[in-house]
Amino acid sequence: MKNKITKNNLITYGIVLAFYIIVEILMMTGALSSHMKGLLVPMTYYAIIAVALNLCVGILGELSIGHCGFMCIGAFTSAFFSRATENSIPTVPRFIIAFIIGIAFAALFGFLIGIPVLRLKGDYLAIVTLAFGEIIKNVINSFYIGIDGKGLHFSMKDSMSLGMEADGDIIVNGAMGITGTPHNANFTIGVVVLLISLFVVQNLVNSRDGRAIMAIRDNYIAAEATGINITGYKMMAFTISAAIAGAAGVLFSHNITTLTASSQYFGYNASIMILVYVVLGGIGNIRGSVIAACVLYLLPELLRGLNTYRMLIYSIVLIVMMIVNWSPKIIEWRKRTFGRVSFRRAKEVA
Amino acid sequence: MALLDVNNLSISFGGLRAVDNFNISIEKGELYGLIGPNGAGKTTVFNLLTGVYKPNEGIIRLDGEDITRKSTIEINHAGIARTFQNIRLFKNMSVIDNVKVGLSEHFKYSALEGILHLGRFSKVEKEMDAEAMRLLKVFDLDAERDTLAANLPYGKQRKLEIARAMATGPKLLLLDEPAAGMNPNETKELMDTIALVRREFDMTILLIEHDMKLVSGICEKLTVLNFGRVLCQGETKEVLANPEVITAYLGE
Repeated sequence: MKNKITKNNLITYGIVLAFYIIVEILMMTGALSSHMKGLLVPMTYYAIIAVALNLCVGILGELSIGHCGFMCIGAFTSAFFSRATENSIPTVPRFIIAFIIGIAFAALFGFLIGIPVLRLKGDYLAIVTLAFGEIIKNVINSFYIGIDGKGLHFSMKDSMSLGMEADGDIIVNGAMGITGTPHNANFTIGVVVLLISLFVVQNLVNSRDGRAIMAIRDNYIAAEATGINITGYKMMAFTISAAIAGAAGVLFSHNITTLTASSQYFGYNASIMILVYVVLGGIGNIRGSVIAACVLYLLPELLRGLNTYRMLIYSIVLIVMMIVNWSPKIIEWRKRTFGRVSFRRAKEVA
Repeated sequence: MALLDVNNLSISFGGLRAVDNFNISIEKGELYGLIGPNGAGKTTVFNLLTGVYKPNEGIIRLDGEDITRKSTIEINHAGIARTFQNIRLFKNMSVIDNVKVGLSEHFKYSALEGILHLGRFSKVEKEMDAEAMRLLKVFDLDAERDTLAANLPYGKQRKLEIARAMATGPKLLLLDEPAAGMNPNETKELMDTIALVRREFDMTILLIEHDMKLVSGICEKLTVLNFGRVLCQGETKEVLANPEVITAYLGE
């Protein structure tokens, strides 16, 4: 079993690496259009946040429908840092610190939300995260922060009330967001962060803490009677999930010129879209989340040529994926087929 | 001194006194039965002992330690493990992982070591695997170690639940209607399993049961509950011969 698990994890890393190499080769030979290249980084951060959400929904068994809120926190805190220190810290250390800041703030918010909510049993987390996702967007939209010779200026009214000196620089400009964040993210960094997220989640699942988390998912009454600290483990899983979503946010903000807390990227619909990736990739199936996120993110973009039929085809794909992943008959068939494949391989080795 | 000492335990739900002035004293190594008609308050007693409900009055001592108002988790760490009337396994986890969840209080490494798979991780996991396999072998479940718990047949699910409870290293094991839903053959096997647990682990057991064959076959002492009150208490033979018990529970 141990070896089987390790092998399974390695297959996941292998799929990501193989995909990365293929894309790199395509880029070098110039086979990718600039439109396609522009889709690569978003694809990695959506895959990362899908992994994060799967940890929350599939492994911990708590529904979160505001995960884009954590992505939003990671995006804004890291972008703020990068913009503020753009001229004082060299790129590489600055980007690394930006990652640490984005992850830490998203984790902090996950932790704070978890304190009251994760003590409760039931669907309260879904309600609270839904509200959190909407609130954080509106709060950030009313922030005005600037830096000048005297230091930081903060207002929640408008940019004029910051009272900046002439040399001042307005970093967060209310609903206009943060403009001019350095474009440090690229496909390679995205894939590296995705691999790290996969490493963290898959290793967690196969550790003592991961087993406790899944035990809570399967039966919290029995878990409690077995001496498992329910609230502690729920907090741990949810905080890690929020932290990974924050990492996705750092990639997001360092790949876009104007970062605004808009509904399009951080709203309810965006969070539901991530949930769709997770559900169709298979709840609790980490590898499935990555594949589903990539396919379902790329598909509508690639279908832009077929404008009229775009959403029709997209919805058909959703239905097909649902059947393939959830129909018991198909799952049985898949097991039979794949079972045979691995059996043959085992024979060859012998 | 008795291993489990319960004095004047009472709890009310609204106007209903579900358990009233309950006393029990279980010596180390005993196999004790708790019987009574439906609704007599047997499971409520279990829930009081494991901290699911907090009693209105009374005191519970385990090995001299007062555990009356502790949480379920603390009580488990203090040394009481239980199984449930309707089996509660971690269904989507493998058989061995179910047992390893039970072991996690005794085999520790930090969360960081768990995430990075570094440091004590490999060593402790190996020890855990060995200990889990030892337990599974006792319960004859070692062949199913990688099966999902949900896919086990009913009798083996019961065994796994007991194995998981034993993994937490308890001083006292509570079994809530272990023979519920079993055919006579499975019940016979269960009796062997319970005898095995006593022999292998020198375990003190308190069980709730309706199956009189099982109760009279293996329990040394009995307490009969009726309407939340203790009706009769003592050696199994004497209790089952008591006319009051026969009228209230067994029938002529």
